[in-house]
Amino acid sequence: MADTMQFDLVSPERKLLSAQASEVQIPGADGELTAMPGHTPMITTLRPGLLKVTVNGQVTEFAVTGGFAEISPEGVSVLAERSLPKPEVTQPVLDEWVAEAHKAHKEAHHTVVDDAAQMLADMVAMGTHIGLDPNVPNF
Amino acid sequence: MPNLKDLKNRITSVKNTRKITKAMQMVAAAKLRRAQEAAEAARPYAARMEAVVNGLATSVAGSDSAPRLLAGTGDDKVHLLVVMTGERGLCGGFNSSIARLARTRIRELTAQGKTVKILTVGKKGREQLRRDFSGLMIGHVDLSEVKRIGYGNARSIAQDVLSRFDAGEFDVATIFFSRFQSVMTQIPTAQQVIPAPVGEAADVDTVYDYEPSEEAILADLLPRAVATQIFTALLENNASFNGAQMSAMDNATRNAGEMIEKLTIEYNRSRQAVITNELIEIISGAEAL
Repeated sequence: MADTMQFDLVSPERKLLSAQASEVQIPGADGELTAMPGHTPMITTLRPGLLKVTVNGQVTEFAVTGGFAEISPEGVSVLAERSLPKPEVTQPVLDEWVAEAHKAHKEAHHTVVDDAAQMLADMVAMGTHIGLDPNVPNF
Repeated sequence: MPNLKDLKNRITSVKNTRKITKAMQMVAAAKLRRAQEAAEAARPYAARMEAVVNGLATSVAGSDSAPRLLAGTGDDKVHLLVVMTGERGLCGGFNSSIARLARTRIRELTAQGKTVKILTVGKKGREQLRRDFSGLMIGHVDLSEVKRIGYGNARSIAQDVLSRFDAGEFDVATIFFSRFQSVMTQIPTAQQVIPAPVGEAADVDTVYDYEPSEEAILADLLPRAVATQIFTALLENNASFNGAQMSAMDNATRNAGEMIEKLTIEYNRSRQAVITNELIEIISGAEAL
């Protein structure tokens, strides 16, 4: 079995990374999961969180806000709704994301309120994890 | 004989026009490059998205649990046409050709007894279609304030369309835009987005596991796919617009150049004629003495 696999991270606006990775940790909707070469084929949706890619032993982190990942034995493609390398996620960027999630939460219909609340909570958790102040507006 | 002063004024004014069109051409060229890069950058995402949706669609198609975005409402009485054009003119036949394609389609559909609703993106298309179909317009998206088209713009248009679909306002949605082929050629295109057209699946043998579940993923994926298609269309349209504007302005600059040449010749001829006249007068005056 090969020890690396093709990894692609794309957002609608640009391609962020395309490399041979040995390990990818994905913030799946049902929990973190790590894909390694030879993983069983699966498709999962993403929640806001950090994506960790190991290329040549180097770990690179990306913040993603949602989307989905397609995993096959030969590779992983992550189609993120929005994604930035972790160092580029600064306070203003996070503020914007959180504000947007908050707005979606406020405008959400009752059936999807839980989803929106979850999204907001994940977004805030991600910010805290990066070490930024999520600055949640008052509900 | 035209007045010398008048001719001179015309030459100056055409020269000024040429300066403007030349500048617009250069601006369009710069914007075109950026627009092409943006369209290029969006391609991998759109391609993967299409592949995944196609794979999923073929595995779910036919089953009763297929979501309505995929299977349709089982009807095709009400059509929504999303007509995307530019916000500005001075771009040759760009806006008109999209509007013409949409108009032909609307006539066809109405002739078949279908109901047509129109959502316009871009001011120019709305102006053109409003003349004939003002009763059918249900909405307009204004992008004139947008400097750089982002995925967010596409997403809000998609949300608008999807909420109308959920409300049962239409059965089939088609987007109209111009596909960018080269600076000289832009192809007005109609593309059906709802229900999602199911392409020929290449390989159905890969069986995926789904997390959380197939239905949940499709529910998340299909609206995204609609937004992606709209995003691609917006970017293609933007590149086409700048390409069309560039070649239109190139033509205008060339025409102005030709006109200046012609006017200058005329101006010189009349100046010579005036001088000759004056000389004749002086000489005949001298001879008379």
